[in-house]
Amino acid sequence: MGGLRGVRRIYAAFFLGLFGFLLWAGEFERLKGFEVGLFLQLDPLTALGGFLTSHTLYKGLALALLILIPTLFLGRFFCSWICPLGIVNQVLSHIFHRRRAVESWEENRYRPVYRVKYYLLVVLLVFAGLGSLQTGLLDPIALIYRSFTLSLLPAVDRAGGGGWFALPAVFHGGVLIGGVLLAILLANRLITRFWCRALCPLGALLGWCAQWSLWRIRRDVDRCNQCKQCLRACQGAADPDGALRHTECHLCMNCIEACGTQALHYGLAGSRSSIGRPLDLNRRRVVEVALAAVVAVPMTRSTLSPRSTPTPEVIRPPGSLPEAQFLARCIKCGLCMRVCPTNVLQPALLEAGFEGLWTPLLMNAVGYCEHHCVLCGQVCPTAAIRPLSVAEKVGAPPFTKPVRLGTAFFDRGRCLPWAMDVPCIVCEETCPTSPKAIWYETVAITSRDGRKVTLKRPFVQPELCIGCGICENKCPVTDLAAIRVSSVGESRSGDNRMLLNQQSGWIEGTIDTGLG
Amino acid sequence: MARRSTTNPVLETEPLLSRRAFLGRAAGLTGVAAGLAVGGYVVYSDQPIRQGAVQVARFKDFRVAPDPLRPVMAVVRGTRVEAMVQESVGKLGGVARFIQRGDRVLLKPNVGWDRQPEQAANTGPELVEAMVRICREAGAASVWVTDVSLNDPRRCFARSGIEAATVAGGGQVRLPGRDDFVATEMGGKVLKVWPVARFFHEVDKVINLPIVKHHSLSGCTLAMKNWYGVIGGQRNRLHQSIHDSIVDLAAAVRPTLTVMDATRVLKRNGPTGGNPADVAREETIIASLDEVALDSFCLSFLDLAPEAVPFLALAEARGLGKVAWRDLNVVRSQVG
Repeated sequence: MGGLRGVRRIYAAFFLGLFGFLLWAGEFERLKGFEVGLFLQLDPLTALGGFLTSHTLYKGLALALLILIPTLFLGRFFCSWICPLGIVNQVLSHIFHRRRAVESWEENRYRPVYRVKYYLLVVLLVFAGLGSLQTGLLDPIALIYRSFTLSLLPAVDRAGGGGWFALPAVFHGGVLIGGVLLAILLANRLITRFWCRALCPLGALLGWCAQWSLWRIRRDVDRCNQCKQCLRACQGAADPDGALRHTECHLCMNCIEACGTQALHYGLAGSRSSIGRPLDLNRRRVVEVALAAVVAVPMTRSTLSPRSTPTPEVIRPPGSLPEAQFLARCIKCGLCMRVCPTNVLQPALLEAGFEGLWTPLLMNAVGYCEHHCVLCGQVCPTAAIRPLSVAEKVGAPPFTKPVRLGTAFFDRGRCLPWAMDVPCIVCEETCPTSPKAIWYETVAITSRDGRKVTLKRPFVQPELCIGCGICENKCPVTDLAAIRVSSVGESRSGDNRMLLNQQSGWIEGTIDTGLG
Repeated sequence: MARRSTTNPVLETEPLLSRRAFLGRAAGLTGVAAGLAVGGYVVYSDQPIRQGAVQVARFKDFRVAPDPLRPVMAVVRGTRVEAMVQESVGKLGGVARFIQRGDRVLLKPNVGWDRQPEQAANTGPELVEAMVRICREAGAASVWVTDVSLNDPRRCFARSGIEAATVAGGGQVRLPGRDDFVATEMGGKVLKVWPVARFFHEVDKVINLPIVKHHSLSGCTLAMKNWYGVIGGQRNRLHQSIHDSIVDLAAAVRPTLTVMDATRVLKRNGPTGGNPADVAREETIIASLDEVALDSFCLSFLDLAPEAVPFLALAEARGLGKVAWRDLNVVRSQVG
């Protein structure tokens, strides 16, 4: 080991280790102010997507410029030096490496299918430009966070008998999320770094930026003896033995180390350096793809979803923006679900419409929103969930009202004191507001067998209910609770309200901040 | 010997089997068949699933021998909690009566909720720290502090200040995880076999550290109600027979000592509270060997009469103690 490849390996090991550490540190008990979303903030695709949907570069997302600007000068270094998914793919490809030269030549040749990533990027950017942030579906950083948090880590915890909740973590449809990652990793068996070469939209964005790079891999045409050892080692399918495709090159530096005649170097062009090849992209195809995306966006909007119609089960985390703005910011990374102490935050499948796939929902059958917990908003890298203070969440001064997630409703046909003459009111006991949103009326009734029974029959006072869901979670009617929270009354929406007196202070398109 | 195969698979023929090879292969197959038959016999069952015998634990009796010359209950008023705890335990005969050198001690404060001390939903951290320290000074080998919380246990122990108090006093917090419960015979009227945090079976002495609180269904959360935090499982069903449940728990867990926190009292909106306006300063610590008498005594803080709290009479009928605490040897003192 030595040279630039050795330097690259040290960087890759460092960043992969950092990624692992931040993933480990994202667990509720270990959160000690670590910037657990650092990689998401470094991600230029998240920054660009968020910029297109909101016309702002939110706080930490400005870190993405640390990647984007050097890429203009140096090329696509992120993919092999920093990106955790890229590094994992690189390691797996190395393990799966073909032994015979003729096979690896064949495998590492550039193929036209590698243009697909640019088309995917165009689709995602058109969606973002029209207000729907879908970059997180395919963004490698969001994808690897989501897969680890919602599928791989819970699986490891379960197998090892541990878990970051008192009970082992469960996630709605987690197996699908993990399955996507496994497919990406196994694809390395067929084609080296297939994901990075063919599908990764972040790679496409960085490749596009690398068009103008000054520093590149250069081949001295006099020294080169056409042995193709460089092509054997190439991770990016960048044709280092011919006219280098610098938009595809990840700067893994393998080719330089593989060359027996020192014909390759990374830097400015010498007097006998080979030419590079421009981005292999047909403008007409790009326009076609963009037009298709332009049509697809209103199609997704024409589907019944919380964007069009309030949906009872779409209960968003505390501090979430109104649904349209939420969907313009959420990158489906799963970080909020990682830090949630009760496991209540779950990735949506189609509950929130096609646009809302893998966005966070509260599922109170699993957990509930802890009254004084504001972690989800603190870690959200894009502020789809605003960072709330505890005072703002619970409505302590200077705030005049709490953040409401929804409202609880009794199902009197299932409630023990209402339907079965059995004492209970666990809901009232656990209600965290003061005064409690659940109250009861004491009634004396005669049961079927003639006994006099005194019962406390509970009610919800909707002005006080914050929709935290602990009543639903702790209800002894375990399968379908006798009190359930639905989204109506949520602070973030001006329309999804039922009470006249909850409308005060609301201005079109803004969030109710509880400041009177 | 098998003939060498020809190059043309269409003309290839099966090799002849020698007697030796036939016997060898037949013996092998017979072995496999016998293994299958024996295996099938071993795993055969007329039940759809196999059930092993469940190990059911029982609570030890953690009480110390009664001493008719000593008071049963000591009520101490004051402002410095550690001195008040020392005084109250001293009146009952001193800590040496309850903790021997080398004892493993478990303290059970009420840490049910993710609340701060000022909200008085959990036992005050000052009492926990004082009790941990007193036990350590009496030579306890280990002092554990546990509870089965209703909110997230990590948040409850952190925000109640009890985790920090335990560490400061020299004890250890034991948070029950999902594998930390063992089926335990409660032997009660409504509670039969329930999952119990295993720590209760791994110690020599148990000290109950409850707090005086309002509770909407039972009227109050006092010493006996505090044993809800011993069990896991689907505990929310206990509300359906709350008075019998409380008495069943109090009959199952007989602590070495109970020290009640009545410094801050949650008067309304219990058991969760949340609003400091619902909390009154009563500045009292009470050590007792009779939980029924203790609970009966504490009703005055909540303006309740014993008749309004059915579990007291039920507990007396079960022989757990006396409701009429005035008939017992109760001493009062003031510290500081």
